[in-house]
Amino acid sequence: MNISNEELLKIYKTMVTIRIFEQTAEQNFLQGEIPGFIHLYIGEEAIGAGIISQLREDDFITSTHRGHGHMIAKGADLKKMMAELYGKETGYCKGKGGSMHIMNFDLGVLGANGVVAGGLPIAVGAGMAIKLKRGDQVVVSFFGDGATGRGAFHEALNWASVYGLPIIFVNENNQYASTAKYERVVPVKSIAERAKAYNMPGISVDGNDLFEVYKVAKEAITRARGGGGPTLIEAKTYRLKGHFVGDPEKYREKSEVEDWWQREPIKRVEKYMMENGILDKEKKKEIYERIKRDVNSAVKFARESSFPKKEDALSDLFVDDFKYDY
Amino acid sequence: MKEITYREALREALREEMLRDENVFIAGEDVGIYGGAYAVTKGLYEEFGEERVKDTPISEAAIVGLGTGAALIGLRPVIEIMYIDFTTLAMDQIVNQAAKFHYMSGGNVKVPWVLRTQGGAGRSGAAQHSQSLESWFVHIPGLKVIAPSTPYDAKGLLKSAIRDDNPVIFVEHKMLYNKKGPVPEEEYTIPIGKGIIVKEGKDVTLVSYSKEIDEAMKAAYELQKEGIDVEVIDPRTLKPMDFELIFESVKKTSHLVIAEEDHYTLGVGAEISAKVSEEVIEYLDGPIIRVAALDVPIPAARKLEKRVIPDATRIMDGIRRSLE
Repeated sequence: MNISNEELLKIYKTMVTIRIFEQTAEQNFLQGEIPGFIHLYIGEEAIGAGIISQLREDDFITSTHRGHGHMIAKGADLKKMMAELYGKETGYCKGKGGSMHIMNFDLGVLGANGVVAGGLPIAVGAGMAIKLKRGDQVVVSFFGDGATGRGAFHEALNWASVYGLPIIFVNENNQYASTAKYERVVPVKSIAERAKAYNMPGISVDGNDLFEVYKVAKEAITRARGGGGPTLIEAKTYRLKGHFVGDPEKYREKSEVEDWWQREPIKRVEKYMMENGILDKEKKKEIYERIKRDVNSAVKFARESSFPKKEDALSDLFVDDFKYDY
Repeated sequence: MKEITYREALREALREEMLRDENVFIAGEDVGIYGGAYAVTKGLYEEFGEERVKDTPISEAAIVGLGTGAALIGLRPVIEIMYIDFTTLAMDQIVNQAAKFHYMSGGNVKVPWVLRTQGGAGRSGAAQHSQSLESWFVHIPGLKVIAPSTPYDAKGLLKSAIRDDNPVIFVEHKMLYNKKGPVPEEEYTIPIGKGIIVKEGKDVTLVSYSKEIDEAMKAAYELQKEGIDVEVIDPRTLKPMDFELIFESVKKTSHLVIAEEDHYTLGVGAEISAKVSEEVIEYLDGPIIRVAALDVPIPAARKLEKRVIPDATRIMDGIRRSLE
């Protein structure tokens, strides 16, 4: 195994943090504390954590409407994350972005995105800029299986390949585009096959297997950083929760979901770590309790923070804060 | 002052800003080796090389996304969408992404790009190559929109747009590229959001912009012969619009006509009309008249195109109606 025990433990903690953060957000959303809609990443944690853990601080990502996991993996502060979900002024976007639009330049997060495939062309722009500035950063662009049906996917991959940009396109194939099952709306067996059309490497992996994800991402990141151009990675996974919290999920069988719970990534990595003496019951308990405390204090922070002031609705429109005549 | 064309003025602005700031680069379809569909970027590829004058695939969404991604991490892209008609292919990237990022991030990120494009009729380009869609962008909070009518304004405003930290839609007109006008030898910029009185007058205010200004001026000089003294205003920037200048003129003339090449319904003129009604209606002594493109697609045949796009005669009719 090419992951050190220390690194593995770190990635594992990130995965558990994402899981507990989202379980808590789900619960609090259902209690009516969080406005709008939230989309959960539960079951897909190995992808975001396994890939982003290998990035540098100055590398960039673009994310999706299902983006909490990516943000947390890129080092987001749980308090500011939760506060943004709550629409509070202490949130990452001062309550203006909400769950689907969290972005932060300092974290290298060029946007979660409320539009499917919306982040792909932006990743291309960041990749072009890196090349122009002769930097050695890389961009990881996350998107779902549904995004590959949109034109922006084609434009972005075509372009990235033409110019050999340092981008890793990560398709999180969770088998559902909103409510439509993969086979019903995608004509290829694997999203990775689509890479052929762009003359770039296309690799399909079990997205619930942290070690596989980690390995292919390492190769792709090394290639991109070394000037070898883009890669398309398909990480096959499963969306264990509905499209959004509150989704009645009438389009799939409960047994299918239960089946996938048996293959979920955290359990799998825990099993490996237990078997290899990296984790024991006591240590696991300690990690969970610690993370629960962190998430609870994030919730407390979000609850106690103020909502933005009414007049804040008019600020941040232009950089120069041009006083527009409303 | 030297006399140069609108095209040359734009090129000078691009060149000067590229020399001034190495973060400025150009990307778009045919902007490099070919020199641009309307030759605005001609010579820049040779001078600055292919990295800073980038020919792109025919991928409008990716062109705008390129601008946004590069702008987010510190560059100042000038992206070109060859025809304003083709901005339809990039609307998500313009409207949902670039326009909203600064606001949506609570001010954390900025998107300092300029999207150069051109619109307008006059070459029988017909329905998919002749539109004036600027009001779409005026409608979207977070975008600035500029539509210059002279070489002087084109140069000064493009330089300001490139230096602006916000996404700016810069709308040129295909029939203005050969228009000549005086441009100072020395460096200058024009502030975004400031209009000008092109011709002073006391009887009626005529607001117009881009190529339509030329028809407006013809109409004004024709009516002068009839003793009607028209004040012609060019806002130059459509968002933020210099409403104060228009209000002051209306207070003086008590009549308002707007001449525009975009479609009549919900065009730029509709906004000016509404705003004047809200703010200074008590000064008006007649109806506000909008002289705009008829609400049909732009036809190909010259004769039909002329019927749809307002000319000086239609503007004069509009002015007479407002004075009746």
